[in-house]
Amino acid sequence: MLDRAASTSATSVLGSDLPIRFAGVDYRVGAVLILCGIDLEIAGGPPTILLGPNGSGKTTLLKLAMGLITPTAGAITYGGRGMPAPGTRAFVFQKPMMLRRTVAANVGYALKAAGRRPDRLEIARLLAEVGLEGLDDRPARRLSGGEQQRLALARALARDPEVLFLDEPTASLDPASTKAVEDIVGRVAKSGVKIVMTTHDLGQARRLASEVVFLAKGRLIERTPAEAFFTKPSTDEARRFVAGDLVI
Amino acid sequence: MDASSALELILTGDATLFAIVRLSLLVTLLATVCSALIGLPLGAVVALTAFPGRHAVIVIFNGLMGLPPVVVGLLVFLLLSRSGPLGDLGILFTPAAMVIAQTVLITPIIAALSRQVIEDLWAEYRDELTAMEVGPLARVKTLLWDARFSLVTILLAGFGRAAAEVGAVMIVGGNIENFTRVMTTTIALETSKGNLPLAIGLGVVLITLILVVNAFAWGVRHWSEAHAG
Repeated sequence: MLDRAASTSATSVLGSDLPIRFAGVDYRVGAVLILCGIDLEIAGGPPTILLGPNGSGKTTLLKLAMGLITPTAGAITYGGRGMPAPGTRAFVFQKPMMLRRTVAANVGYALKAAGRRPDRLEIARLLAEVGLEGLDDRPARRLSGGEQQRLALARALARDPEVLFLDEPTASLDPASTKAVEDIVGRVAKSGVKIVMTTHDLGQARRLASEVVFLAKGRLIERTPAEAFFTKPSTDEARRFVAGDLVI
Repeated sequence: MDASSALELILTGDATLFAIVRLSLLVTLLATVCSALIGLPLGAVVALTAFPGRHAVIVIFNGLMGLPPVVVGLLVFLLLSRSGPLGDLGILFTPAAMVIAQTVLITPIIAALSRQVIEDLWAEYRDELTAMEVGPLARVKTLLWDARFSLVTILLAGFGRAAAEVGAVMIVGGNIENFTRVMTTTIALETSKGNLPLAIGLGVVLITLILVVNAFAWGVRHWSEAHAG
C-alpha cells in the first residue's frame, strides 16, 4: 500500500478537498425531501461512518459529498472552495458496474481516466493490493460479487484519492468477502486516505469507525466519536438504533 | 434439373453468377459502412443528449426501421433523376445510386438499434463514469467500445437487410446487365424470364451469405460473453 502522504499525485497540488463542509444542505426529489438541513464537516483523519437505517439518506449524503448530485438548498464547500479539485475523490458503489473488459483493462481504464499511465506494473500492484493478482485476464463480469467489489476498490485506488467514499460496499457479500473488503479499507485508511463509508451494519461500524454520523429520516441526528456513539448515544433515535430496535 | 444446373453454376464458378455476387457484396458492404458512419454516431448522440423533441426523434427512428424499400427507391430516384436536386451528379442507374438507396434504407435501423443499446449501457455506466470524471467524448468512446459486440450484431442485421433488398436497387440501379445487376434483382428478372438455374443459384448464394452473416453474429455474441463479459 502506498503512503498517500508521501505520494506525489498531480492533483494534490491543486489543493486539498478537505474539510468537506455541508451548510444547511437540503436534497429534494420532486415533493420528497430526502435530506433536510444538513450541517456537517468531514475532515481528514480516520474513517467516518455514515450510519442509519435504510432510507435515512446516507447514500444521498455520500453522493452529495462526492459531487455526483448537487444540493437543492444550502451549500457544500471543499477545502473552502465551492468546487472540488478534479481527481481527488473516488467512489465505490454498493453494486459496482464492471466495464465489459478484463479485470486488468478495468483498472487500466480507471488509471487512464485519472490521467495516469495504464502501466502493467501499476495495474499488477493495484490488483495485488486488493488480492486479485492472477485474475488479470478474467472478464470482469465473470467475477464473484466479492471479487467485483474488490476490483471496484482497485479502480477507486487507481485514482490515488484523497477521499474514498464507499456506499455500503459489503451489503450483499458473505462474511469472508466482507472481511476481505474491510481489511482493504483498513489498510487504505492507514495509508492516509480519508474513508467516508455508509453502512447500516452496526458490527461493521464498530470495527471500522473512528467517527459516526448517524442519520434518520433525512436528518443528521448525531455526530460523535465511535466509542461514545456505541457506549453513550446522546439521542433517543441513536439509543434505539444501537440497541437493535427498529428505527423507521 | 434446374436445381442441378444451379449447383453446377456455383461449383464451376460461373463468371456471370460470381460477377453479380461480387457487385452485390460490394454495394451492400459500402452501404453498411456508410450507414455505420452515419447511424452509430447519430444513435450515440440521441442516446446521450437531452434536447427538445428527443422523443419524437426516437419515434421517427423506430418508425423508419420499417421503411418500404420501393418508397426509398422512389425517393432516391427523384433526388438523383436529371430534374432532381442531385441530378447534376449523374449517378442514377449506377452502383453509387444503389449504395445511396441501401444506405437510406438501413441507416434508421442502425441508428435506432444502436441508440437503444447505447442508452441501456449508459444507464448502467452513468454513475461510475461520472464518479471517474470521464469527459463527454471519452464517455462516447467507452460506450461504443463496450457495446462493440452488440453494435457489430446490429451492423450485420443492417447488412442482411440491405443484401436481401430488391425494390430500391431495382428502381435506382435499373438492373443493367454487367453494371448494376445484383443478386436480388437478377433473381427477380431471371425468374420472370424462366431462366431458373441462374435464379436458383443466386438464391442459394444469397441464403448462404445471410446464414453465414447470422452465424458470424451469433459467434461474435458468444465469444464476447465468454471473453469480455
